Amino acid sequence: MIRMTDVFKEYANGTKALKGVTFELNTGEFAFLVGPSGSGKSTIIRLLIGEIAPSDGEVIVNGQDMDNIKMRKMPYLRRTVGVIFQDFRLIENKSVYENVAFSMRVIGASGKDIRQRVPYVLELVGLEYKAKAKPDELSGGEQQRVAVARALVNNPRLIIADEPTGNLDPARSLEILLLLKKINDLGTTVLIVTHEKPLVDQFSQRVIAIDGGRIISDGMDGYYNYEG
Amino acid sequence: MKVNRNRTFYYIKEGVISIFNHSLMSFASICIIIAFLIIMGSFILLVVNINAIIGELESDNVILAFIHENVSDSDARALENTIRTIPNVAGARFITRQEAYEQFIGRYDEEDRFEDIDYTVFRHRYAIYVDDVALIGDTQQALRHVPEFARINTNMAVASAFVTVRTVVGWISAVIIAVLLVISLFIMSNTIKLATFERREEIAIMKMVGATNSFIRWPFIFEGFLLGVTGSMIAYFSLWGLYGLAAGSVMEFEAGFFQLVLFSNVSVPLFILFAGIGFGVGVGGSGFALNRYLKV
Ligand SMILES: Nc1ncnc2c1ncn2[C@@H]1O[C@H](COP(=O)(O)OP(=O)(O)OP(=O)(O)O)[C@@H](O)[C@H]1O
Ligand SMILES: [Mg+2]
Repeated sequence: MIRMTDVFKEYANGTKALKGVTFELNTGEFAFLVGPSGSGKSTIIRLLIGEIAPSDGEVIVNGQDMDNIKMRKMPYLRRTVGVIFQDFRLIENKSVYENVAFSMRVIGASGKDIRQRVPYVLELVGLEYKAKAKPDELSGGEQQRVAVARALVNNPRLIIADEPTGNLDPARSLEILLLLKKINDLGTTVLIVTHEKPLVDQFSQRVIAIDGGRIISDGMDGYYNYEG
Repeated sequence: MKVNRNRTFYYIKEGVISIFNHSLMSFASICIIIAFLIIMGSFILLVVNINAIIGELESDNVILAFIHENVSDSDARALENTIRTIPNVAGARFITRQEAYEQFIGRYDEEDRFEDIDYTVFRHRYAIYVDDVALIGDTQQALRHVPEFARINTNMAVASAFVTVRTVVGWISAVIIAVLLVISLFIMSNTIKLATFERREEIAIMKMVGATNSFIRWPFIFEGFLLGVTGSMIAYFSLWGLYGLAAGSVMEFEAGFFQLVLFSNVSVPLFILFAGIGFGVGVGGSGFALNRYLKV
């Protein structure tokens, strides 16, 4: 679960990316976070995984106050969150298989578990036949699906996706979103950042809209006054 | 913590890959360790040999104390107790003028040449052995205060020269070794810094998926370990070979004067020392380098 209370973020160069953001995402919920470019969506995600600290306000993730967390405990919190980054952040000199297996290695999974789980997850995103390829041998959409596989592989309690469909064709996009919804149905909390209004419209789900660093609407009706 | 074979294999594999990602720098750090250890090892072997020479000189480095003709035989024999109270005296042997005469004659083949020498021209004497040649001057001085002695004779010049050499070599090598140690640690730490720099994006990703600092550190520590131990082993066996060559030419050149200490006499402690330093420089150097990219 996620709770942000009156969060402000000012970057070192003076850019005020967030100006008092408050929202809550309960365990098991599914929500879209939408808003124009530069509105602060990625900033919210970076706050949620402790990559940056808020200038003011409170950020709580899976019950942990991100402001008080001990450096020593941060890795263990991050393991409860699967993140799909907007820029994928794949390791260039490792194969697709290794990029995914890597997340499991980090948490100390056994070789046997890795050999079972990684092919399964690659199949879920439709990339089992690219397991040996390096990221720079893949299309943008394929890289994105590797990032999705990596976020799923450890069965995190919360999945945060920053534009998980940005480089995919509409059919693929829908497929990825349906996959994330299926995972949500199994109990995982899911937050998806996206531009794609037509895609969001296909789901009857909660939509949080942000503009200029402020939440401008938040509701189940799928309404938001942002034209993507 | 439970040892995870899968993980250990991962650390080793990553460490080895990293070495080849910046092979020039890895090569440089191995070379500096080799140079450092060969120079240090040479000094150690030099000091070991000087010590052996000093030890040898000590054992036949006697002070000869000649006794006045007017001291009676029994008084002369009784002097031994006095001598033994003098500091640094390890032992004293009384040599009668008869024995001295025979020794003297015995040194020459042509016995008849000295046939007509009367043994009474020789003095009774003591052969006095010392514990530490470095203090032989003081011992000699103390013996001069014994009135029964007419003359004190030592060829201490050679031994004390070696003691001086040992002191000088000891200091020079201590300074050189300290400087080389600092340089080696510096180069090793820079190699690992480069390794972490090459992988900074990867490290950032690892952190984002929940890697602990120790998980991230191990491959780099292993890399340092591998470089350090490889360097030290190459240095060890090179030094062994070089010493063999050096020993060969010394034997030819200075046959009979002294024997070089055999490498096998010092091989075990030297091996432990080399391996220890290789390990220390490798792991220590990488330790210095590692705290930079981990604070996210
Ligand atoms: N590291 C940074 N330093 C300074 N300013 C930044 C930094 N990262 C983002 N910003 C600024 O903060 C604001 C919000 O950026 P953010 O990346 O959160 O937007 P976004 O909603 O994710 O946009 P997009 O949809 O294009 O990804 C922007 O004005 C951006 O220029
Ligand atoms: Mg963004």
